[in-house]
Amino acid sequence: MTDDKTMLDRHVLLQLKHLKKYFPVSSGWLRKVTGHVKAVDDITLDIRKGETLGVVGESGCGKSTLGKSLLRLHKPTSGELLLRCDDGEFHDLLSLPKKESFKTRRRIQMIFQDPYASFDPMKNIHNAFDEPMRIHGLGSKSERTEKIAQALKTVNLQPDYMYRYPHEFSGGQRQRICIAKALALDPELIVCDEPVSALDVSIQAQILNLMRRLQNEFNLTFVFIAHDLSVVQYMSDRIAVMYLGKVVEIADSVCLYDRQLHPYTQALLSAVPIPKVGARKDRILLKGDVPSPVNPPSGCRFHPRCRFCMDICTKEEPPLRGMKGNEGHKVACFLHTEQQISE
Amino acid sequence: MEKDYILQVKNLETRFKIGKKTVHAVNDVSFNLRRGTTLGVVGESGCGKSVTALSIMQLLPKAAHIEGGQVLYTPSPEQTLNLTDFKRNSKELRSIRGKDIAMIFQDSLSSLDPVYSIGWQIMENLRMHEKLSKKEAKEKIIRMLGELGIPSPEDRFKSYPFEFSGGMKQRVMIAIGMICNPNILIADEPTTALDVTIQAQILALIKQMQQEHGTSVILITHNMGIVAEICDEVAVMYMGRVVEFGSLLQIFENPHHPYTKALLKSVPVLGMGKDTELESIEGTTPDASTVFKGCEFEPRCPFAMKKCTEEHPMVCEIEEGHEVRCWLYEEKCKDDRR
Repeated sequence: MTDDKTMLDRHVLLQLKHLKKYFPVSSGWLRKVTGHVKAVDDITLDIRKGETLGVVGESGCGKSTLGKSLLRLHKPTSGELLLRCDDGEFHDLLSLPKKESFKTRRRIQMIFQDPYASFDPMKNIHNAFDEPMRIHGLGSKSERTEKIAQALKTVNLQPDYMYRYPHEFSGGQRQRICIAKALALDPELIVCDEPVSALDVSIQAQILNLMRRLQNEFNLTFVFIAHDLSVVQYMSDRIAVMYLGKVVEIADSVCLYDRQLHPYTQALLSAVPIPKVGARKDRILLKGDVPSPVNPPSGCRFHPRCRFCMDICTKEEPPLRGMKGNEGHKVACFLHTEQQISE
Repeated sequence: MEKDYILQVKNLETRFKIGKKTVHAVNDVSFNLRRGTTLGVVGESGCGKSVTALSIMQLLPKAAHIEGGQVLYTPSPEQTLNLTDFKRNSKELRSIRGKDIAMIFQDSLSSLDPVYSIGWQIMENLRMHEKLSKKEAKEKIIRMLGELGIPSPEDRFKSYPFEFSGGMKQRVMIAIGMICNPNILIADEPTTALDVTIQAQILALIKQMQQEHGTSVILITHNMGIVAEICDEVAVMYMGRVVEFGSLLQIFENPHHPYTKALLKSVPVLGMGKDTELESIEGTTPDASTVFKGCEFEPRCPFAMKKCTEEHPMVCEIEEGHEVRCWLYEEKCKDDRR
């Protein structure tokens, strides 16, 4: 058992420990802080090398904030972000000295949702690519240009496109350029925040296939954030389901599809329309909307919309624990307390 | 048979004049909507599906005009109106819009007026078409809001759009559309801005409304999953043309046009797993102002032949009610609908 665990640990690239990101809400004349939006609330998980971790949830559940916290685009309120560094040891990115911390930034890159907003319209592609490479001191000027050409080639674009401006490209091409831009810095982890939701279906498939190919080629690790469950399921090895800032269930992607344990995951999966005639199953319709993250419900955050709500759910918060026999499948729900591994 | 159709669109052509360019947004589009059924119009962005809907209602922007074709609306077996005969702001058309044919728009946030209460906005449509006192109208609206699952409708009647969530606003949009009990409801991407769980609620609601009131629905979407779930017939559009039209089964089980086939294979389906690869359509959708001598899909089509670049494909009938615009099925072409 311990051997298994150390084996697993060896593959872990990034560990999140009790990561929290609260945004202050201020009101009144003096702009006093009156509350906090708990966008990411106490998340603990591992990201393994070479895997794709899918993160799904409805809008406002904190999935994008989680992604941005990994890059420290938002400074997490508390918690630890442990990255395996070159020496093989884990270092907490949030407490590293500034110089050290800067060196690690290159290793985690991001692809954003809107390929139209991710480029400065005044800069051509070469300038946009060159800036981060120059800042990180990657090679001489000619080496960098060579590298940019290489990056563009890997995403099936012609290298001479680098002297064009963003407006000359279509949405699909721009998203390819975004991917190339992230690749140019030789990252290990790429956080993809809804990379295909702004694209048309026919383009979407091109980008998804490209991302999968690149992952195999460069041994990349992806954190794939999306609201479209069928896309996430297609891309991911493991999936984390988020609801109001918490991970409610995390499991192997096949396992999650076969057997969802959390009532929210069940509802989420059953709500996805399937493009096959007669594929419709009995749908679990959730009542109401996602509550406000400023004042989340007490106890289990899903209890006001849950079909199986019990007394305990309104009072206590269920812990995220692995299932007996399948430690990798973790769920935060009191329905499964008996089958769960006790801490 | 003809009387079975509540709406027939025949050879509709809509053009946009942008500077010196003319964009052929809708090209020779024909389809029929059967009474009490749901027709799905699918296609990617820029394929003209929304403009088709707007052309039916003549809600087009100033730069656009309908160049040809007919929109035949048959409210009762004795009466058929050609909507394209009316001027866009004529009295006749205004009495049809909102009353007989209603529309739900994609973006409920920008479709609702932020300075009026939602009750006022629903009342506006209702009192325009029906002679009701304010009190009666209010009662009717509150009943409607209750039916749509808005909690405590009496209080919500006076609320403003900013006080509602996205799903609730879309319910208000449905209330505005359905309050006059229209014969046809055109829903333009009604759930695109919403989360999946809310989307499921809204789709269930549209279906419930349809069953209760016998409304015919035109559902415009890009999501094949939604089509498979609630439509009876499907029109697939590409670059301003209907490339394939048929019943749900015909389109999903037996697609003929290369574009429809590719479209169905390029979306990931839940439970697909990581081993299967998606089939993607090469290239990108051409600019809308490009004029093609031949088939619009030819540059991206894996089966393209010489003839495809030279002549527009004719409508070919595969089975009864299943039509394809593709040269691959030339032997089944109908000569009269060139």
